[in-house]
This record gives sequence, C-alpha cells and structure tokens, in this order.
Amino acid sequence: MEVGALMSKDRPFGFSTRALHAGTAPDPATGARAAPLYMTSSYVFDSAEHARELFSLRSYGSIYSRISNPTVAAFEEKIASLEGGLGAVATASGQAAQIVALLTIAQSGDHVVASSNLYGGTVTQFSVTLKRLGIEASFVPNSDPDGIRAAIRPNSKCVFVETIGNPLGNIADIRAIAEVAHASGVPLIVDNTFASPYLCRPIEHGADIVVHSATKFLSGNGTLIGGVLIESGKFPWDAGKHPLVSAPSPAYHGMNFAETFGEFAFLCRARLEVLRDIGACMSPMNAWLLILGLETLAVRMRAHVANALRVAEFLEGHDSVEWIKYAGLASSPQRALAQRYLPHGPGSIFTFGVRGGREAAVRFIDALQLWSHLANVGDAKSLVIHPGSTTHQQLNDEEMIAAGITPDMVRLSVGLEDADDLIWDLEQALAAARKGARAFVRA
Amino acid sequence: MILTTPSQRRELLARSHMIAVVGASANPLRPSYFVFRYLRTHGFDVRPVNPAYAEVDGVPSFPDLAAYKAKLGSPDIVDVFRKPSETPQIARDAVAVGAKAIWFQYGVINPEAIRIADDAGLDVVFDRCMKVEHGRFDGGLSVSGMNSGLITAKRRPVASSPIEDTTELQST
Repeated sequence: MEVGALMSKDRPFGFSTRALHAGTAPDPATGARAAPLYMTSSYVFDSAEHARELFSLRSYGSIYSRISNPTVAAFEEKIASLEGGLGAVATASGQAAQIVALLTIAQSGDHVVASSNLYGGTVTQFSVTLKRLGIEASFVPNSDPDGIRAAIRPNSKCVFVETIGNPLGNIADIRAIAEVAHASGVPLIVDNTFASPYLCRPIEHGADIVVHSATKFLSGNGTLIGGVLIESGKFPWDAGKHPLVSAPSPAYHGMNFAETFGEFAFLCRARLEVLRDIGACMSPMNAWLLILGLETLAVRMRAHVANALRVAEFLEGHDSVEWIKYAGLASSPQRALAQRYLPHGPGSIFTFGVRGGREAAVRFIDALQLWSHLANVGDAKSLVIHPGSTTHQQLNDEEMIAAGITPDMVRLSVGLEDADDLIWDLEQALAAARKGARAFVRA
Repeated sequence: MILTTPSQRRELLARSHMIAVVGASANPLRPSYFVFRYLRTHGFDVRPVNPAYAEVDGVPSFPDLAAYKAKLGSPDIVDVFRKPSETPQIARDAVAVGAKAIWFQYGVINPEAIRIADDAGLDVVFDRCMKVEHGRFDGGLSVSGMNSGLITAKRRPVASSPIEDTTELQST
C-alpha cells in the first residue's frame, strides 16, 4: 500500500487536529490507535551493516533510548508541530532542556544574555552552574530590548527570555527581542512554559528555539517531570558565530553538523552529541503521558484562562489584596503586550500581594482548603505558593529585588475546578489571614 | 513543473527508481555521500556522476550524464550536489539525457537552472534533501523527533528496512 494514497493533500491542519494526530498516526506494526508505549532501552540491528549505517548516522532508526525512542519521538513530533518548529528534543526536565539547548551552542569562554525575571532555578543554573563551566550570563531587567542590545557582547551565543516571566507575569516583546538578537547574529531562546503553544507560539514571532518544562501545562496533570526543546530550523548556524554547530566535530570523526544536516544541524547536535553525552533523556513512560496531555491542550488552556480571569477579577476587588499582576486584567500595564502575543489569554499563573505582608501571606496559604500548597504550576488542580521562601529563595537579596519578589507575594496557578469553589476558598482564606492579624495585634 | 508541496515530492519519490547523483563524493563525511549511501540502502538504483572519482562506495562513477545515459538510459531523477553557478549546465545536461526530474539539494539554488529544467518539462525540486524527504514519508524523520508535517488516521506501511529479510521460522 502506498503512503501517498493515504496522505492528506497538504492541508494546513488546525491546532487541535495536530494536537491529536501529529506524530501519532496509527501504529504501522499493529494498527493500534493510541500511541504505543515502547518501554525498551535498546533495539536489535538487522545486521552488522545496518548497525554501522545507524551509528554513522547515515540511516534513520533507534539505537539506544538515551538518544531516541519511538514513544519519545512521537511526543517530540507532536510538540514540534504545535510550536511550528522543525523538530524537537525531549529531555528529563525543563532544566535539562535549557542546559542541552545552551550547551549545543555555547562552551567555556562564551556568554549568554538573559532576562532577570526568570524562574529562580533558571537564574541559578545560569549564574552558578553555567558560570562554573566557564559560560557567563548577563541579566537584563524586564526583558527590555534596548537593555538586551547593550548587554550583547562579541562572545554572546544567545538571548534567553520567558514568554510570561515567573513569577511576575511580565510578557516578553518577543519580536522586538528577536530583532535585537538577530542583528547581533545570535538566536533567541524562549521558555514558553507558562503560555504553552496554544496561547503563544514564539517561533511565529521570530524566536529560534523554544524550551518547555513539560511538567506543567503540556502534561496537565502534575504526573511527571519532563522537558523539551524545539527549534525553528531557520537560524543561520553556519554564519560563523556558532562553531559548535558549524565546525568539524571530534565526536563524529570530524563531521560538520551544519554541512551534513543542513537545517537540522542544531537539532542533530543537540541530540547526537549533547543529549547523548549529558544523558538527561526523557523516559518513554513520561513521553506517553505527555502525548495524552497534549491531546487536550487547547480545551484545557481555554478553561485555565477562563478560570484565571474569574479569580483575578475577584482578587482585584478584594480589601485584603494589596496588588495583583495578571495581564488578563483590563487594568494591567502588560495588557497591550498580552493581547499581541497571547490573544487567547495570558495563561493562568499570576501573583498578588496579601495585605499585611509576609505573615498574612503565609496565614492565607495555610488557611486554604482547596488550593494545593506545592512547588509546581500548570496542574489541572489549583496550586499556591509563597515564592519568597520557596521557588526563588536561592536568589540573593539583589537577585530577589531584580526578580521583583516581595515578602507579601503569593503565586497562584489556577486550575480547572469550578471557579465558584476556587473563589469561595480564596475568600475564606483571606478572611482567616485578616482574623489572624487582629488576633496577633490583640495578643 | 516546480514541485513545492510535500505530496508532490512524495509522489515523485514513489514513481522514481533510477537516480544519478551529480557531485556524489567518496568522502564518507560529505553530505552527498550520506544521501548516496542512504538512497542505495533504501531500494533505489543510485549511481555517482563525478569525474573526480572512479567509484563511490564501490559503485563505478560516470564522468558525466551523457556517459550515464549511454550505459543505463535516462535517469528518473538527477540529484545535484554542485555549487549553484554550475547548475545551469547540469540542468541542460539533464534535459539532453531525457531525465524526468531534477532535484537540487540544500542551498543549491539557481533560478536559471530551475527555469531551464522547468521549461523543458522536467519536474524540479530545489533546496530540499532527498534523504530527508524520503525519511519524511517513510517514517525515518519521525523516529528522529522531527516534524514530518504528516497528519493521517490511516495506518501506513512499516518503514522500509534496507536489509533483506533474514527471519528464520521455528517449527514446533
């Protein structure tokens, strides 16, 4: 049977259709409709010659699941399709996706430019671990394009920002930042975790590489740790600034990735050298769960955004709320950027300040009944945390101020429960936080 | 005709068997060797056309397309790994030997060469890799985590194995 007879005639399918079908056509071997879970470390060779062709990268196929696995590949193709990328490389976690992306293009003596409003773990990965490897990072407040331009040096290899900053919710002007980066010959890497490709597709706005903590909205159920990087295939890696991609590689007898793999050079080096050598691969089980998660991404994100807006509007009008930063509110200074880059809504993760400072914020969190107090976001269940003492506590005072973390700050990740129930719980916990304050004063 | 869509490329590959690779290299690190070797192990009759080599991967090399035609007849596809400035002449040669299609690999873009081949009625693909496109439709690209762009709810054939079937059946 010919494949072509079965293939749709080049129709540009929509987001939800691709979420369900990309990378997961019926299993050729069995006809299984759900994606099969290939729980295997390795794959038999047809012959010694076949083994040689695979190891020399001249034939497609799986060798060892640290490098590739059919279930992981199905997830990779699906997320690459949803982000509008050329391909993807899945990793053990979001942190692993970042380091694989960076080590594919940067080495000791190189430099990266990053936003200062990032997840605390990312800041530390750059400012401590990468620094120990001889890669220096400059942090620019608020992903400001002019600040980024000024921070780029001759040895800079990339610019790194988050679509929606964690935890302040500041939205990156992706197109302006991409133009600044490209003018200096460097790619833009965007962490799109808080948006998901349903709400924003950074490659469409000029980004070159997208990274995700797949643990969050992509999975949707808080069941796993995973990460992924996606590349556009459009960046000119062979222009001279990225010799790790475009010079002969000692790991493959002097093969030049840019010359041999053309537009696939970055993805091939990320997988075949960096992921292979670092070993932070994704488990097939996690990829299988992520495939299930992605199938419903659009409907989940619509529901997350709708609930987030209801919750934010409730908090905005509440006496016990000092401030709220959600770009979906009409009052938000981020609203114009949000409407440009996130027309379906700026996600469901945001922060607000509890009147009464750190003590009131902690009392509020302890009083919640329905919101889970834990260090994650993007779960179907609603989540809450105090960033200053948890996710961002490894930052020093200066970094804390730069990241905009205040003692009264509470971060919410609005889930898919009934909005009325979420608001009921917030209301009673805010009341408890207030009562606690009076009790404290009386005592 | 200039072929620009995935299904046009798939149909071209499906109806083609005889491939002349102009500029095939004997150096196993060169992209042209990768593609030559891949096509050879995936069922195509693929021959090198390169006066610099007596053979590539053990296959005798032709000095030019005319020599190819004298021995084997017209190729289905002339696959081009030469710098763009040389391609108008290669396109004229492809027309002269009655090739059905001409395929210019990544970065091999020359509007004059494309026009020569298109005007003569050849199918033309440019700035694409034949190995990548074959892998797109055969499933190889997908097992590498790449976005094949294919969407279907139909079961497709098991990816072609380059190796002959050596299965031994056990009698009970």
